[in-house]
Order: sequence, then C-alpha cells, then structure tokens
Amino acid sequence: MKKLLLATTATALLAGAAFADGHAKDVKIGIILGFTGPLESLAQQMAGGAEAAIKEVSESGMLLDGATVTGIRADSTCVDAAAATSAAERLVTSDKVNAIMGADCSGVTGAILSNVALANGTVMISPSATSPGLSTAEDNGLFFRTAPSDARQGVVMTEVLMEEGIKSVALTYTNNDYGKGLADAFQSAYEAAGGTVTISAAHEDGKADYSAEVGALASAGGDRLVVAGYVDQGGSGIVRAALDSGAFDTFHFPDGMISDKLVENFGAEINGSTGQNPGTDSPGAQKYQELIGDAFNATSPFSAESYDAAALIMLAMQAAGSSDSSALKDKVMDVANAPGEKIYPGELAKALELLKAGTDIDYVGASAVELIGAGESAGNYRQVTFTDGALEVVKYR
Amino acid sequence: MDFLNAIVAFANFVLVPGTAYGAQLALGALGVTLIYGILRFSNFAHGDTMAIGTMFVILITWGFQSAGISFGPLPTALLALPFGIVLTGLVLVGTDKVVYQFYRQRKVKPVVLVMVSLGVMFIMNGLTRFIIGPDDQRFADGERFIISARNFKEMTGLDEGLAIKTTQGITVITAVIVVAILFWFLNKTRTGKSMRAYSDNEDLALLSGINPERVVLYTWLIVAALATVAGTLYGLDKSFKPFTYFQLLLPIFAAAIVGGLGNPLGAIAGGFVIAFSEVTVTYAFKKVATYVMPEALAPDGLLQLMSTDYKFAVSFSILIIVLLFKPTGLLKGQSV
Repeated sequence: MKKLLLATTATALLAGAAFADGHAKDVKIGIILGFTGPLESLAQQMAGGAEAAIKEVSESGMLLDGATVTGIRADSTCVDAAAATSAAERLVTSDKVNAIMGADCSGVTGAILSNVALANGTVMISPSATSPGLSTAEDNGLFFRTAPSDARQGVVMTEVLMEEGIKSVALTYTNNDYGKGLADAFQSAYEAAGGTVTISAAHEDGKADYSAEVGALASAGGDRLVVAGYVDQGGSGIVRAALDSGAFDTFHFPDGMISDKLVENFGAEINGSTGQNPGTDSPGAQKYQELIGDAFNATSPFSAESYDAAALIMLAMQAAGSSDSSALKDKVMDVANAPGEKIYPGELAKALELLKAGTDIDYVGASAVELIGAGESAGNYRQVTFTDGALEVVKYR
Repeated sequence: MDFLNAIVAFANFVLVPGTAYGAQLALGALGVTLIYGILRFSNFAHGDTMAIGTMFVILITWGFQSAGISFGPLPTALLALPFGIVLTGLVLVGTDKVVYQFYRQRKVKPVVLVMVSLGVMFIMNGLTRFIIGPDDQRFADGERFIISARNFKEMTGLDEGLAIKTTQGITVITAVIVVAILFWFLNKTRTGKSMRAYSDNEDLALLSGINPERVVLYTWLIVAALATVAGTLYGLDKSFKPFTYFQLLLPIFAAAIVGGLGNPLGAIAGGFVIAFSEVTVTYAFKKVATYVMPEALAPDGLLQLMSTDYKFAVSFSILIIVLLFKPTGLLKGQSV
C-alpha cells in the first residue's frame, strides 16, 4: 500500500511537472505505433505521416507564437499491452509529451488509454484503432480517433447488402477481436434493418481444413456468405471450400478481405460478389500523396489518418491557445468539423493563421475527417464489386 | 426425391471432404507410425517434412509448367512427385546421418530423440520458409472438377449439387495405391519383413543378421515418399502454406495415436476417424433434416450438435477416450 501511495504521488508530481511545461515554447508529441509486431510493415508510413504534419507546422512557426514541435517515437508492439503501457508511460513522464498520436492496434490503444492517458490527463488520437469497444471506453474526453469504428463498417455493410436486395446471409469471422467485433456489429445492424443472419460461425486462421465450417454455413443457407476474415489467412480457405462445394456463389467481403490477392486467388469465380473497405474520393487524399512525394508510400493504409491525427492535435492546441492536454481536448471536435474554412494537407500554416485570427476551420485533411459521437471518424468507405475477375469501385459512402 | 437431396447434401458437405481429408491424414499418420514402430520415437518434424517435400514438388512443378510440360487433365504436380520424393529422401537420409545417427548409436532414451526431432522440425520449418517464403503458393493446374455442383444439378435435376474435385479423387486413389504398395512391401518383400522384424524385436533381428542401418535407411526413404505424397495431395486439394503444414502435425498425431502407434492399419483407421469426427459432429443437419422430414416438422434451428469452434475439441476428446479405454489405440499398437 505504501508503495502504491508512493507511486501515485510520484506520478501525480510528474504529471504536475508535465502541466507546468505546458506553456513552454517547446511542444512535444508522442508517436506511439507498433514499430515491431504484426503491423510493423505499416508503422513506418504511419509515423512518416505524423512527422510530415509535425514538420509542416514546426517550419511554419505559426503554432502558439513560434513554438517548435518535435515528435518522439515509441513502440506499442501492437500486441503486448504491458510493453505498450510502459512505453507510453515513458513518453508522458520522462519525455513529457503534450499529447499522443497513437496507438495503432485496438488492444494496446485501450490499455494505454486506461492506464496512462486517463491517469495523466493526456490527449491521444489514434489513427487506426477500429474496435467498437473503444467508442464506449471511459476517456474523460481525452480519446479521439481518425479511423472509423467497425460498428460503422457494420452499418455500411448492411446498407450495401440491403441495396442489393440481400435479405439473408450466412456469416463467418476470423476468431479474434477484429473478426468478432466486426461480426457482432454487422449482425446487430443487419438484423435491425430487417435482414436475417442464418448462422454466425467463427473460423480459426491457418488451419488444415475448413470443410466442417463450410458444411455448417451451407446447411444454414443464405443468399450470400459474409467473410469477415483475412485474405492471406483462413478467409481465403473458407471462400475456396465454399466455391468448390457449390455452397455459395457470391460473397460479401469487409476490409480484411479486399486486396489484390483476393482477385489473384479467385478471379472470375467470385463474380457478383460485393465488398467495402476504407477509402475516400476527397481531394485531400490526392493532395496528401503530392505532399509526401517519394519520401515513403503515402497510400499505405492509415498513413493519411496518421497525418490527420497529428495535425488535429496541433490545430486544437492553436485553437485552445495552449499546448495543455486539458485545454486542447475541448477543441479537437471544433477544428475537425464544420463550420469553417476547409483545410487540406499542406495547408496547416494557413489553418494556424486562421485560428489565430479567431476564424473557424473545418479540417478535412487527407482522409476527409469528420468526427462523430465520442470523437471518432465517421468513416469513408468505398463500395466495390467483382465483375469479370476484376475489382471495380462502385461508389464512395 | 427429397430423400435423394438429403443424401446428396450430406455427401457433398460431409462424405466427400471428409474422405479426402481422412486420406491425407492417413498418409501423414502412416509416416509417423512407421518411424514410431521402427525407429521408436515420435517424429515431431513430420509436418515440416511434408512441407519441405511439397516445396520440392512445387518448385519442380513450376519448372515443368514454364517448360510447357503438362499432364493433360491431371495436375502437373503428379509428374513432379517422383522427383520431389527423391529430393526429400536425400534430405531425410542426410538428416539421419548428421543428427539422428549420433543419438541412435548412443542408445539414448526415446524422449531425447523426440526433443532432437523438435529441433529438426524448427530447422526444416525455417528452411522451407527461407526457400519458398511463408506465403500461400498455388500450384494446382489441370481440370478442377471431376463433377462440379452446377453440372451435377443439371444432370440429375436435384436441388442439391454434389461437387467432387479432381484433387479429391486423386487424393483417395493415390492413397489407396500408396497404402497397397506399402503393405505389399512390408508383408511380402525381404526388406519389408526385416523391417517388421526389427520393429518387433530389435535384439532378435540383430542376432538373425539384419543390418540395422539398412532398415533405418529404408524407413527414411519410405517416410520421405509418404510425407511428400501426403503433403502434395494436401497442397493440391487446399493450398500450400508452411505454417498450415506445421499445424497439421496435431491431427496427424491424433490419428496415429487413436489408431494405435506403430500399427500401419491403425494409422489409416485413425486418419478417417479424426477427419470424420471433425466434419460430422459439428455439421449442421438442418438442410438434411429439412429434406427428410415432413414440412410440418421442418426444424427452425440449425440442428448442430456443437459449433464448429469445437471441432478440435471433438477429435481430442476422441483421442482421450480411446486412450482411457484402449491405451494401445483402436487397433493394437504399442502403448505410448
């Protein structure tokens, strides 16, 4: 108990020190992403996006009358909650960051939010955590995300299927947080819209044989099979077995399945299938790619969202006139949403100037940011269909 | 008519895939059981031996495909199979000379050899990924179906389709041929008899002048053939991914143990028991029941005994029950 008290006091003191630094000319933003682990191939481009925004603001010299901004990287590992928590703890207590851009995976994001951000009153904006659970997590208004919740994807899926006139589907999902969360979100949205989910069956990734799963799915029946899995894992195994046994001819694929690999694997066999994955036709995406140029692959998933997350933190600071998390947390929604002048990537200096003059801005950014509910992206999806063995974009919603 | 539909639905989703999967498991379990019977240890590297053998076959198949050699309606991989078996045989015999022989001459306890095979497993695992990569590889070509669900429906006018893939047909036929050759070899040839003698009683076999190194050599060569055939058939039927082969080890061992370790017939029986228990117990009988029962009694539920999540629990429950009541397996093998 004594130790706990001591630790609490120490944390409180350190947090106090962090606040005392709040008005200094030096602004620090923690960038906590899974530089090692399952998302390591995406983390570099995500960090690059955030650092591009930081560089842009810092070089403009417009933020809080000429503050310089630095980004400090830390490793969330994506899967190890304890390691992520201690990395975030270090960012807040030792590096004294003003706010955190991150984390990436839903599990570690939740851990950092409840263990570090809440305790220290630090704002965090995640570019890629999509678990519906985070919408209702206790956050004292400190947590935002520029990625949509999978609950939103469930609704979009429902809309797509309903417009196609599909009233009953069989559903299979990969047995992890992503698959289960998405499957549950979809099922509740679909049933609310009057559809029937005949069966919701999990499948394990990387298994030897999927005929048992497909047998059950086929027996339950349905007009279409919804595969909430991964294209390079069990998802493809399920689709293969379903096609071969003639159980289902058409499928619906959420984001984990949409990739070139899917077309390569199945070609014309999945003609008539539908799907959706995050994407936007907003001019911001194009401008972001021009801004980044050849520095790294700006079309990599969640890179644009990372740029937007970092930009939102700094714009909110400007709007609040302070780099304190406690002050800027109330301004994030204001700068992200209408009304105001639309701001695209590369226009952060202009945005800072407008905010200084007291003009409202509506940050659109690289991923067409629109924060809804408890501060999460409304989400932009592109609806795709498969015709003649090729993926076609139908529209954006 | 409805009754026919019920039978066809059941055959399409349980009988046909279960038989093919059972044949694949049986071939894998045969390899495990031979090593256990003759070399007296559980070879954990067997799944990755299958992977490495399949890898050779795939590489040769790609060579054939780019050279324009094909096997008509049958997959080219069947042509590449003999070459793959030879290469896998070289790898296994090499491994034996470098690794296992050292421990065998010291007459170490079987559990030490098991741990050694675990090490071999990791090396083979890494080697496969290093050469061909950890991703999915597709190498099946030729006709995909003996009969497709759509054609079957048109031919018979039934509502339910029955699909039999070429690979499923080949799997079962090849398995039958391979097993027949194996049993002929073990029971009729001199070498086969000496292998069985060595398996029954090592000391007596040595006294009667059987050369143990020869027996070991032949065992590895047969295991190489079985592993490569099993791996290739599995890869043709589903897809090749090194990690999946590593995971195949569990059902294969379950099959070998259920059937009775060291007993070749048991391995085959075990393979089918495990495959069908995975597919049948978790099958939702709704469709079948809807056809068979009068309309008024048609079920609302799925009639599924348990969710497919539990299919592994099913096969391992069977394993435990068999070991509790018949510790030597269904057909008499050596006790574990």
